[in-house]
Amino acid sequence: MEVELKETIDELESLKQSLTDPSYRYPIDKLKLRVERLAKFGNSGPLRRSKVKDMSAEVVDSNPYSRLMALQRMGIVQNYERIREYSVAIVGIGGVGSVAAEMLTRCGIGRLLLYDYDKVELANMNRLFFRPEQVGMTKTDAAVQTLSDINPDVVLESYTLNITTVQGFETFMSSLKNKSFSPNKQGSGVDIVLSCVDNYEARMAVNQACNELNQTWMESGVSEDAVSGHIQLLIPGETACFACAPPLVVASGVDERTLKREGVCAASLPTTMGVVAGLLVQNTLKYLLEFGQVSPYLGYNSLKDYFPTMEMKPNPQCSNAACLQRQKEYLLAKPARDAAAKAKMEAEASSSAEGPLHLDNEWDISVVDDDEPEGIDIKSSAALPEGLTRELPSADEFHTTPEAPDSAIDDIEDLRRQLDALNSS
Amino acid sequence: MEGWDPSTKSTLTQIPLLTTKAGPRDGAPWTQRLKEEYKALIAYTQMNKSNDNDWFRISAANPEGTRWTGKCWYVHNLLKYEFDLQFDIPITYPATAPELELPQLDGKTQKMYRGGKICLTVHFKPLWAKNCPRFGIAHALCLGLAPWLAAEIPILVDSGMIKHKDDATSSIES
Repeated sequence: MEVELKETIDELESLKQSLTDPSYRYPIDKLKLRVERLAKFGNSGPLRRSKVKDMSAEVVDSNPYSRLMALQRMGIVQNYERIREYSVAIVGIGGVGSVAAEMLTRCGIGRLLLYDYDKVELANMNRLFFRPEQVGMTKTDAAVQTLSDINPDVVLESYTLNITTVQGFETFMSSLKNKSFSPNKQGSGVDIVLSCVDNYEARMAVNQACNELNQTWMESGVSEDAVSGHIQLLIPGETACFACAPPLVVASGVDERTLKREGVCAASLPTTMGVVAGLLVQNTLKYLLEFGQVSPYLGYNSLKDYFPTMEMKPNPQCSNAACLQRQKEYLLAKPARDAAAKAKMEAEASSSAEGPLHLDNEWDISVVDDDEPEGIDIKSSAALPEGLTRELPSADEFHTTPEAPDSAIDDIEDLRRQLDALNSS
Repeated sequence: MEGWDPSTKSTLTQIPLLTTKAGPRDGAPWTQRLKEEYKALIAYTQMNKSNDNDWFRISAANPEGTRWTGKCWYVHNLLKYEFDLQFDIPITYPATAPELELPQLDGKTQKMYRGGKICLTVHFKPLWAKNCPRFGIAHALCLGLAPWLAAEIPILVDSGMIKHKDDATSSIES
């Protein structure tokens, strides 16, 4: 089209030159101007950048990754380009999830898996990312539309489903297990799962899937009053799972009665959600690219600008059977973990220190690694000797007590019929 | 259970408690749980009928018993307002309660999440968590849905958000 318009302009010019009658020149000039305007209009349309094969550190305006690759030059990240090998699953593409997805897309993440069953509504416009013209689209479709425009290098997979239903959960599990993107990867097909959902049921479903798959994940949340939030790292067996203890909330620090308003289920602010999405993706980048300290738990209280942090050990009486299984494995792997840590320390010591740091050590002071707790439960801090494992309850607390041998019906079809009879009477 | 009216409390004590902690992905234990769900629902329905307080119909919509559909109704100013009722049994059941849906009321009240899921956060979720796995579908209807209808339907009717079917059409009530 661009070429054709240019040819039309040239033809008009030659036509003008060939005409002897000057009275025709004015309409031809007018026509030429019009075509030129059209050509300009055509050029200003949406421009899609093409895919980039390798991330370049070259500092030019046209390089989408120059500022990210500069992280290497600054010594923050060892090898930034590794980000293209990583897959991140984001569950819930709402106020936090959509922004997290955009951040990871702009960072050039390898693959994003997006899960949501909801549609974009005008009521979502107080949050970031979605645009009014996307109202009515599924959040997954709208997200893929925007994200693929921003960065065509990212492989996007979208799943429009509810992960708490039996069928949705099965699809969720199998999509996490799929290793076609990186066949040589250990474990599941994704590197981390980010939970950006807005309800307890969905969080428990993510927890269930990640415990079963031994999948590291991060949980995020914004309070219903929109003024606080949190992120939490969950490594099955190593840290508390989401079912180990009732979920934590960041107290707002002001009188609750002044905040709660009867009848409103949830408020939201683009600021709080943006902050939480930023904290979540920052922690994700640190985890994936191995820089800085990955926070096990970080709270955000916006009213007092207070950021509490903490660590949580798994509960040996957790009601989730998969969590108990992971705890057992983690404990059994302790000798191997210790040996690896020791070998790493020795390798570092032999490469760095030529001789002892202090020639005399009158008091026999030594540095002891206290990173790993002896016991798995913080409450029963009695230290376990190395190599021994704690006996964890392997069965659920609630055993099926055999039905009292009363004469009551115990056939499911009979029971169903009995309820149907009641329903139709 | 503070703050609950005496009649709800006495009804609740008569609904059989469940014992099996199993969800839809658990195989045989789930069948056992399903039996207990049926027994509790049968007892609760019978009780409602004998107390002249019949207010819902619910039955499993699939053989696995993971999806339930039916109706519920509420009488306000001597008029009966009836709604479709539906819900799925979540895979994390009974650690998490079923999310009860009234799709016809979707978007009509603030005390509802999209898709017509009624808001149970304050009045019901803590009770469910405390009583896991002893509460089942019958308890969710008794302590979750019934108080929600009692609080919301009068407001929705009085504000004109919902109309009685006789006002909407000229049909005669059967």
